[in-house]
Amino acid sequence: MKFDQWNGFVEGTWMNYVDVRQFIQKNYTPYLGDSSFLANATPKTTKLWNTVLDLYKKEKENGGVLDIDTKTISTITSHKPGYIQKDLEEIVGLQTDSPLKRAIMPFGGIRIVEKSCAAYGREVDPEVDRIFHNIRKTHNDGVFDAYTADVRAARSSHLLTGLPDGYGRGRIIGDYRRVALYGVDFLIEKKKDNLNYLDPDCFDEATIRQREELSEQIKALNELKEMALAYGFDISVPAKNAKEAIQWTYFAYLAAIKEQNGAAMSLGRTSTFLDIYIQRDLENGTITEEQAQELIDHFVMKLRLVRFLRTPEYDELFSGDPVWVTESIGGMGIDGRTLVTKNSFRILHTLNTLGPAPEPNLTVLWSTRLPDGFKKFTADLSIKTSSIQYENDDLMRRYWGDDYGIACCVSAMEIGKQMQFFGARCNLAKTLLYSINGGKDEITGKQVAPKFESITSEYLDYDEVMEKFENMMDYVTKIYIKALNTIHYMHDKYCYERLEMALHDTNILRTMACGIAGLSVVADSLSAIKYSKVKVIRNENGLAVDYEIEGDYPKFGNDDDRVDNIAVDIVRIFIKKLRKHQTYRNAKTTMSILTITSNVVYGKNTGNTPDGRRSGAPFGPGANPLHGRDTHGALAALNSVAKLQYKYAEDGISYTFAITPKALGKTNDNRVDNLVTMLDGYFSKDAHHLNVNVFDRNLLIDAMEHPEKYPQLTIRVSGYAVNFTKLTHEQQLDVINRTIQESI
Amino acid sequence: MFISFKHAIGNNMNLDKRYYAKLHSIETFGTVDGPGVRFVIFLQGCNLQCKYCHNRDTWDINSGTYINVNDLISQIERYSSYISPNGGVTVSGGEPLLQPYFLLSLFKELKKKKIHTAIDTSGMLELTPIIKEVLSLTNLVLLDIKHINPEKSKNLVGFSNENELSFAKYLSDNNIPIWIRQVLIPTITDSKEDLLELKSFISSLKSVEKVELLPYHNLGKYKWRELGLPYELENIRPANEDDIKRAKEILEII
Repeated sequence: MKFDQWNGFVEGTWMNYVDVRQFIQKNYTPYLGDSSFLANATPKTTKLWNTVLDLYKKEKENGGVLDIDTKTISTITSHKPGYIQKDLEEIVGLQTDSPLKRAIMPFGGIRIVEKSCAAYGREVDPEVDRIFHNIRKTHNDGVFDAYTADVRAARSSHLLTGLPDGYGRGRIIGDYRRVALYGVDFLIEKKKDNLNYLDPDCFDEATIRQREELSEQIKALNELKEMALAYGFDISVPAKNAKEAIQWTYFAYLAAIKEQNGAAMSLGRTSTFLDIYIQRDLENGTITEEQAQELIDHFVMKLRLVRFLRTPEYDELFSGDPVWVTESIGGMGIDGRTLVTKNSFRILHTLNTLGPAPEPNLTVLWSTRLPDGFKKFTADLSIKTSSIQYENDDLMRRYWGDDYGIACCVSAMEIGKQMQFFGARCNLAKTLLYSINGGKDEITGKQVAPKFESITSEYLDYDEVMEKFENMMDYVTKIYIKALNTIHYMHDKYCYERLEMALHDTNILRTMACGIAGLSVVADSLSAIKYSKVKVIRNENGLAVDYEIEGDYPKFGNDDDRVDNIAVDIVRIFIKKLRKHQTYRNAKTTMSILTITSNVVYGKNTGNTPDGRRSGAPFGPGANPLHGRDTHGALAALNSVAKLQYKYAEDGISYTFAITPKALGKTNDNRVDNLVTMLDGYFSKDAHHLNVNVFDRNLLIDAMEHPEKYPQLTIRVSGYAVNFTKLTHEQQLDVINRTIQESI
Repeated sequence: MFISFKHAIGNNMNLDKRYYAKLHSIETFGTVDGPGVRFVIFLQGCNLQCKYCHNRDTWDINSGTYINVNDLISQIERYSSYISPNGGVTVSGGEPLLQPYFLLSLFKELKKKKIHTAIDTSGMLELTPIIKEVLSLTNLVLLDIKHINPEKSKNLVGFSNENELSFAKYLSDNNIPIWIRQVLIPTITDSKEDLLELKSFISSLKSVEKVELLPYHNLGKYKWRELGLPYELENIRPANEDDIKRAKEILEII
């Protein structure tokens, strides 16, 4: 194949087969310089952005949701074109016919839609209700038809939490770049070809399912064309310039977010790909740097407008209305060239041109070999905006090559070749308490897990606790995989991601992405049991409800191997137990140590723990040490977290770090250098992820009391960024109380 | 790894002062005590009584924990990826030079590993041969000049500044790099004549690389309170940016 739109590109087999990576490798221009080439926002951008800021304000005044279309079931083509201010928009397309108006997506579950509408004083249209209660079954219905009693019990006792059984699973990244590079017709042809060949002698269930899925993917691609046409664009053919490449890519993403209300709807790794088009236009003299920045600004503005309808319960888990439009930036190629381009700078520069914001979730793929100018630019922006997260490219490249992207917060996947079955997480601290109480819940006293032998001694014995903990983990991993198999079977059946999967290869790697919460609580508890004396306090029914610690013990977060190795072991043991179980579609089982903001809710539902943590107190988020227990300075905590092995937690290990500007260095130049040094040092130890926040505690306290003064205050929480003023009060307190590295 | 002082006394442990130090605490990410990212060791015990001290709990020579030099070195090595290429190790306190034998063994090891060494000291000590030997292995001295005026120094920290000034001269004569520091305390160290005097003293030294003014703050006040001690500077306000700017202008530093 050869399209005119490809003129000037270096040729390759990417022209015959879908191979975006090869296209990038043959055509991109690495950029080794600094940020001095960047242009400011154009007047048009500023004007448009101010309109968006007004809309944000109205949204906030309206209780967090501006408007809901309660009647139209959202599909790729369901809504008429929508605009912010048509004459100003370089890049167009909204989820509904009006900005910030939220759509209903009931295929995941009608109850969630009803609850969400009710929370904002609205009602779902009766006809929609009738259809989804009486005629069309949802993912949520399917799951509960098949759930077993033990899974239900584990769910309601908060042993397994946040499971995507009532909402869209998300964490799938369509390769949206394919639409720009090839045009939709080329992609349809390839899928049709795959469908024709999928006709083996053994015509089994898996084959039939895949044939049905392929047919659905083709339909979705046709709908994508139709949607774009309504905006006046023919995307059946490749994009011919930078503006079209961004527009086509965005349309593909837009179709995905009109069809799916997934927990995380990430963008992938688009900036270096788009740079190829921008670079070609710049060289041809058809655009200027100002126009290039304008295109990226308008693209990012659209990404900042993405909204889903969610319930207050969801918000309690994942606070601040997150969408996880994660964009992975930078990194190195396997040939040793950097994948940083000028467009890597431009997309980060939107934090200046438009100001800080939680979305898109800007994720820098860090390598110690990144160009110096880029390292300093990102560190400087981090210090100014607290809006960037960093993930270890030198580590992930060994696993996923050099064209992977991050879904949600820390989940790496090869773009277009891999997806995950999102599995939320298991409350590991509660699991430990169940092993002490023989399967009884420490708060309700209910027998949740089978009647294991409980511990009856006055003082906890490390070996006995570990043996029982392992038994309990055996049980928990079994029901956990059972739940996830059920969920993903039903999601594929009733809420299949047609468009996102159309932008994947036909044969892909699937991972079953499990997770744990409360790692530092468990490690500290076991350390207390091992290195000091822990006395059990039981209530009148013999239930262990509290613990008295005699003496001190080493705590996770201080670079002390005695406890850090316990944490490392627990991670290894848990994944090994998970991997004993057969998964749906033979997915490869992986695990994350990530809680997002749900560490607050998990803590709320978990009783006193043997490390001295009080009942109801939050866990540390992700792999964080428990608040205030890391006392040897920032690097000791980083070293502790870096010991956790990525090979046992391939779905990511999240660490959220906060430091005051003063503790980071005396001058801004010092701060930038020190942050770069810190990132290089941390990641050279094979650590995986770091959220960087640079702020004073007093600033947050002031923002909590006077939210109106800080409309754009953004902070990094576990794996994503949020607008601080959109957090619940409890979560604000959690952030404020969290260890902020200070120096006096 | 750490042995508590009480434990050592209780067990009649006779710890070799060449290999054991009394430690207050460790900061793994020091960014304000010398160049680059620094592993900062706060040693326990101080010979001065600075009224504005923000680490009052470091004074008592009979508290803290003992740490062995080899254990400390192996801890430092865990941070080598952060310390290189511009950072290093800073020993602060308390007064680190009260434990010179330990510093000597520590710095010998650090020199072998090509790690940059710095001492944060008041210099208010007698220049004994052992201290001179330590200084010969020191890449940088953060010299905290308490007060340029001998009388006011005595009032502020309990001692006149003669030792301190001759310490500075020794560093200069031996070409050991110095960063001069002074805590700028409104109404106490910020008078024009004192600052000019300080300036003229600094200009008499050859090896000064930097002059740092540290704004006085009272965030360490709670430590005095915790120890049940009165805080004499109760009525002195913290220094602000304008104070620093003014003082810098007098000192003619950027």
